[in-house]
Amino acid sequence: MDFATLSPFLVEVVVGGLVLGFVYAIIALGYTMVYGVLQLINFAHSEVFVTGAVVGFEVFRVLAGVNMNGYLKLLIALVAAMVIAGGLNVLIERLAYRPLRNAPKLVPLITAIGVSLILQDVLRIIEGFQGRFDLTYTLPQGFAGPFCGPDSSCAGVGSFLNTIGVRVKVTDIIVIVVSLVSLAALNYLVNRTRMGKAIRAVAQDRVTAGLMGIDANRMISATFLIGGALGGISGVLFGMKFGTVNAYSGFDPGIIAFTAAVLGGIGSIPGAVLGGLTLGVIQNLIGAMSVLGGVLGIANLEAIDASYQRIGAFIVLVLILIFKPTGLLGKSNVEKV
Amino acid sequence: MTAAPRKPARASQAEQSVLLLLFFLVTSAALLVSHNNDLLAQMGTLGTVLKNPILDAVMVSLFLANILFAYLWRAHPAVKATVALGSLLFVLPLAGRADTSLLDLSIQIMIFAALALGLNIVVGLAGLLDLGYIAFFAVGAYTWSIFASPRFSEILSYFGENPGAGATGTLALGAVSLVGGLGGYLALQRRRAEQVRPGAAWTAALGMIVALVAWFFLGRGVFTLSEQPWSLVGLGALLLLCAFVLGGQALAQARGRDVRGGLLNFSRVIAALLGVAGVFLVTRAALVLMSGQAEGLSGGINPALFWLFLALSIFTAAVVGVLIGLPVLKLKGDYLAIITLGLGEVIRVLALNLDLYSAGSQGITPVGSASVPGFNALAGRLGFEESQYNLLFLYLLVLVVIVVIMLVNARLDKSRIGRAWIAIRDDEVAAQAMGVPLLQTKLIAFATGASFAGVMGMIFAAKQTFISPESFVLNESIMVLAMVILGGMGSIPGVVLGAAVVALLRFRVLPGLGEASANVDWIPQQVNPAQLQKLIFGAILVAMMLLRPEGLLPSRRRQLELHHDDNQEDDSGQGNAGALGKGNQGDVYSPGLAPVKENDRSGGAK
Repeated sequence: MDFATLSPFLVEVVVGGLVLGFVYAIIALGYTMVYGVLQLINFAHSEVFVTGAVVGFEVFRVLAGVNMNGYLKLLIALVAAMVIAGGLNVLIERLAYRPLRNAPKLVPLITAIGVSLILQDVLRIIEGFQGRFDLTYTLPQGFAGPFCGPDSSCAGVGSFLNTIGVRVKVTDIIVIVVSLVSLAALNYLVNRTRMGKAIRAVAQDRVTAGLMGIDANRMISATFLIGGALGGISGVLFGMKFGTVNAYSGFDPGIIAFTAAVLGGIGSIPGAVLGGLTLGVIQNLIGAMSVLGGVLGIANLEAIDASYQRIGAFIVLVLILIFKPTGLLGKSNVEKV
Repeated sequence: MTAAPRKPARASQAEQSVLLLLFFLVTSAALLVSHNNDLLAQMGTLGTVLKNPILDAVMVSLFLANILFAYLWRAHPAVKATVALGSLLFVLPLAGRADTSLLDLSIQIMIFAALALGLNIVVGLAGLLDLGYIAFFAVGAYTWSIFASPRFSEILSYFGENPGAGATGTLALGAVSLVGGLGGYLALQRRRAEQVRPGAAWTAALGMIVALVAWFFLGRGVFTLSEQPWSLVGLGALLLLCAFVLGGQALAQARGRDVRGGLLNFSRVIAALLGVAGVFLVTRAALVLMSGQAEGLSGGINPALFWLFLALSIFTAAVVGVLIGLPVLKLKGDYLAIITLGLGEVIRVLALNLDLYSAGSQGITPVGSASVPGFNALAGRLGFEESQYNLLFLYLLVLVVIVVIMLVNARLDKSRIGRAWIAIRDDEVAAQAMGVPLLQTKLIAFATGASFAGVMGMIFAAKQTFISPESFVLNESIMVLAMVILGGMGSIPGVVLGAAVVALLRFRVLPGLGEASANVDWIPQQVNPAQLQKLIFGAILVAMMLLRPEGLLPSRRRQLELHHDDNQEDDSGQGNAGALGKGNQGDVYSPGLAPVKENDRSGGAK
């Protein structure tokens, strides 16, 4: 392989990384919303996100035989995942975090770890009753193929990508579009509505917000609902991107998304997106290292395999926390959420 | 009407002594009988009933409760001592002779108790939530198992086949680099910025860069691996970085700032790098030089070195603890939790990928153990079979180690450093203001906790005779955390109790229930108790935090602290009377960052 074939490969790696990054960004938003309001790392968020993925799988499975537009199925899956994951997140907050609102910081953190463990097994049991463990998504017709194949007509960006030899799948486009739409919706919700204003007020100072007539508990519940709904969306997107999920597959993306939230400056919404995209690209680059090593003839690079992707995220996390603990966009983080 | 004499609320000491002895005798008898297969075979139906896994788990638990009761009840000290020592030194080994799984279980419990005691120092005393704690356990385990297994000879033969360079040349370069780097570091360490002329600081920094370049070209002459295409590129990148740093300093100086301290720091870093490179080169050269003996070491090193390695594993784990702690202990709370989780995973992934040293996912086997000739004769005379000698030896060793660890823990708890830990846990800013050096104190906590885990890791490797990265996943760290939480953070007996309960649940009760329910029709396979570990321990964590955050056997301080609210008349913080940003007090410029900047003002760290 030489550089002529290598450059489309690199573009593909970056594009793939961006797609992955959008999934991470949406998960990271779930962390960052909750953190912004409660200063709590919701360890259970990775399971909330897996719940969304499982719901998406179930919807696609049930609707597989139904003759219906694929995008309508996707919409149903997204809505169902949002509702269930959001509800689950609210329930977790109500049962596990609210009673501990005034406890020392370590206490809710340990509770969150416990909740995450419980949810993992519950998900495994629920799916296990149907004899399933690895859930393979059955995507609607037309989703699985390339976005701009040789036989399909395409124009604009698609044709450009096609001419330089970069393959983009339909699911990739869906991931990007859905992410952008949910980001826009979140932005509207947080910055333009009364509820968003109230949430921001609670994030800044819960006591004073309470004195101003804002029901802090309701706003915290709303935050968990929004965070959970975002988790549900990202779960479905994750399932579509990777094809398979199981009860335990929340750990890795969860950690990476948390890293993304910290990288961008935890509590900051644009930060979470920036962090997610950066990490997605970094991760894909690490995954491509061994190919690069083969091309450049560097044995040490060839030895780097996919298991180093996680290490890459951790090293980024360590470096960020040491050198710029406020994150990339942390300066604008005076006002949380 | 005369008042009836009030019945004492608790039984008197004598009554409790009798009760304790009785309980001890009954449970011991039950344990001894139910673990004697020959006897059970003669008893017919009763024998099969006694062999039932659930009943067995109950009996083992009741027996172990002896020791707890001996601690808790107000019995006569002599009776307490008899019961505790009798259970541990007499009944358990005796029952274990017939059923080695019992000894195995006891060793597991004590290993986990030591782990929990170590984590207790880190989490319970110093308040640093470490989710990667199991990594230290892994360090100890690998330290021993690489050397005490055929792995070592494979490493040697690999280096014999790929020497990379003349061993003597590498050794010489390594030694020079080690001495030069360390010497330079120490020399620079002693210099104070304010005593150095600006010119001297620049000379030191440039001299170090020249030394680095000279070292590199010397290395290329000696070491053929440096003929790789990337080596020159690497040097270029390094020099570019140096130029960048120096340029920055020059710019700062031009702006009128004092850069002497920065330059000295920079030189120190390069000197340390040279020293570390020296360590690697010397180790490599030593391995190449030793490669001739690969054949002779195919069964691992001399088992007598076990004792040396026992010390070495403590040391290695403590060093790794410091290395992990140094960069991350600036952080606190949830940030620290997640970053230690990450670093723990890094160590596991390294173990998984450094195939040459750790055999990757296959794991290292067989790992040897110490052979103590006199002890074997003794064990033989006590009626143990030859295959059981080692287990009995490890049991007694673990018993000794855990006693030592508990003593150390108890002393630390009351010592100056222990009080410093508690002060940091309760209020970092206040502790710092009182002159507690934050980083140093936290590092000691990390290193102490790590060393306990390290020594137990080594014993674990010797017991299992098999080590693989599987044993060091995140779940194990959480299990240890569950032990500390369940027993009571900061309380030594509590933590040991927590370890016993969790280990019993994991290794006896749940598998026992699973085995018993495997053939019951109406219990589906998915909810087999043996597979519900995560659910159960997650539920324990949540339930403990919600209902009894101070643990089963709380330490007095912690109990007061957590139930502070109960004693207050008007503390009815409903919802929003919250402690938002509890970690945000003081001049913290990030929610996760401890106010280390304050150090200089309060004169803490120096």
